[in-house]
Amino acid sequence: MSQITTASGVSARPFSFLGLGRRRRSQMRGKWPVLVLFLPPALLLFTVFVILPMGEAAWYSFFNWNGYGLPTQWIGWKNYELVFKQSAFRNALVNNGLIILISICIQVPLAMWLATMVTRNIKGATFFRLIFFLPYVLADVAAGLIWRFVYDGEFGLVANIARAFGQTPPFWLADKQVAFYAVLAVIVWKYFGFHMMLFIAGLQSLDKSVLEAADIDGATGWQKFYRVTLPLLGSTVRLSIFFAVVGSLQLFDMIMPLTGGGPSNSTQTLVTFLFSFGVMRMQVGFGSAVGVILFIICVTLAFSYKRVFMKND
Amino acid sequence: MTELTATPIDAATAPTGGRRLSTRTQTYLYACLIIVAAIVVVPLLTTAFGGFRTIGDLRGNAFGIPKEWIWSNYGDILFSQRYWLQMGNSLLIAVLTVFLTLLFASMAAFTFAHVKFFGSDFLLNYFLVGLMFPAATAILPLFIRIRDLGLLDTYWGVVLPQVAFGLGMSILLFRNYFRNLPTELFDAAFVDGAGYFRFFWHISLPLSRPIIATVGIISFVGSWNSYILPLIMLNSESKYPWPLGIMVYKGEFATDWQLILAFITLTILPTVIVFFAAQKHIIAGLTAGAVK
Repeated sequence: MSQITTASGVSARPFSFLGLGRRRRSQMRGKWPVLVLFLPPALLLFTVFVILPMGEAAWYSFFNWNGYGLPTQWIGWKNYELVFKQSAFRNALVNNGLIILISICIQVPLAMWLATMVTRNIKGATFFRLIFFLPYVLADVAAGLIWRFVYDGEFGLVANIARAFGQTPPFWLADKQVAFYAVLAVIVWKYFGFHMMLFIAGLQSLDKSVLEAADIDGATGWQKFYRVTLPLLGSTVRLSIFFAVVGSLQLFDMIMPLTGGGPSNSTQTLVTFLFSFGVMRMQVGFGSAVGVILFIICVTLAFSYKRVFMKND
Repeated sequence: MTELTATPIDAATAPTGGRRLSTRTQTYLYACLIIVAAIVVVPLLTTAFGGFRTIGDLRGNAFGIPKEWIWSNYGDILFSQRYWLQMGNSLLIAVLTVFLTLLFASMAAFTFAHVKFFGSDFLLNYFLVGLMFPAATAILPLFIRIRDLGLLDTYWGVVLPQVAFGLGMSILLFRNYFRNLPTELFDAAFVDGAGYFRFFWHISLPLSRPIIATVGIISFVGSWNSYILPLIMLNSESKYPWPLGIMVYKGEFATDWQLILAFITLTILPTVIVFFAAQKHIIAGLTAGAVK
């Protein structure tokens, strides 16, 4: 490598002054061998395991099929009707919406607040950042099981606290009125550190002179935050919400150890619904219909969110 | 989205300025930070200590120091075959996933960065479609495909879909990195008569260590923690990676929480150790895909 760069360090210059700019790409001879060798592995794998299955899901969703033999029993839109008739599916939709709502109302402000604190000039700030990020690195399954223990009505931490105050220990995860709120708390616990890192990055990229100018003008800490920092962090807020939406639509791993979607389907999300009603029962048509709905939601949200909210970023 | 590059955020350790704070502000800050840190750490610590208890101790004294240290909870797991088998399975699946992701993504990204060919924009966007939906949407057709290929209950049945679903993000990160390498390098190699293959192997890859690390970390962590794909593709317990194994263990020991807690602790221990040892790289890697 050094041989090439040193040998041609001089001769490279004449080519770049031709005025075509930094982005100009020269072409080497023999581009076909590289295309034929370098593209197909990724292309094949991606087509076979990502694109084709998605197309097949759309096709299978019109059949009543248990996955064996060939799909023959065409039933039109029936699977979609069945999906929307399920109250568990409506629960899942509402729950996915709640996750997004919680993340906007609690997670984003919390992450931003913590980010402003751990970027202050205090000892141990780095340590706190690490601790806050730690849950994000843990596997969802492990986090789910840990909180299953925390919430356990007999041996868990909540039960221990309740007994210390002379109360009967509650079984939150078994109570369909409360279970999903308990799950939401775990979601915030698991992911706020990631969002905090986004805000730290956002804060670090801020133009310091603006804040200094505000200082000179005698702005108080709160004024500085509300009038200067917050408006400048707009793109980070939108990014953070975007990740919360994406995360909500794939949430599965953490629900399974916590509640498995129960009690009485009160904690289903779209993916756990797909799993319990499509995969577990090998209802390929029905499950594929759920997959297609999930796909449409994902793509619509991704496009509209990018177009409407992130167009300037 | 296409302009996403792996500018690592140095959020873990970057120095932060600002004036010195008054004692009152400091006290307030520390109080808030310590409360939040406690909410994060207490469940983890009680889990680790819980693994040393008797079940009765757990029932009445989940927060205190164990009344009696039961080392055998941990010992039995550490000397059991299943723990090491599961860790080994997870490691094998993760290593294969990382290797194939790096290889295929860097090769494809190289053609997008340096070779002009008809349809290259279309193909790049084709790969980026994969960023828009999670693997779960097509999980049933994927299961049928893996079954028909005879890959059910093999490591490949987990590895190949994982690689495929990681390609979109990985190709994007690699391509943007390759494109941002100085053009002069390419011109120089061109003038010297080096072909694409030599350029890829001797210039692009050696200069791309940071992005190789980033993509490697993202795909390793994703694979190490993955649950839904192995759950659907693997049947024999001897092939289970640890997230599946831990759920089986929970099923077997239902309410023997002291054993389950010990098992959880031992399975997350490698993650915690690696995280603290390589925090800077891991935080930069895991947030790289997120920040432009």
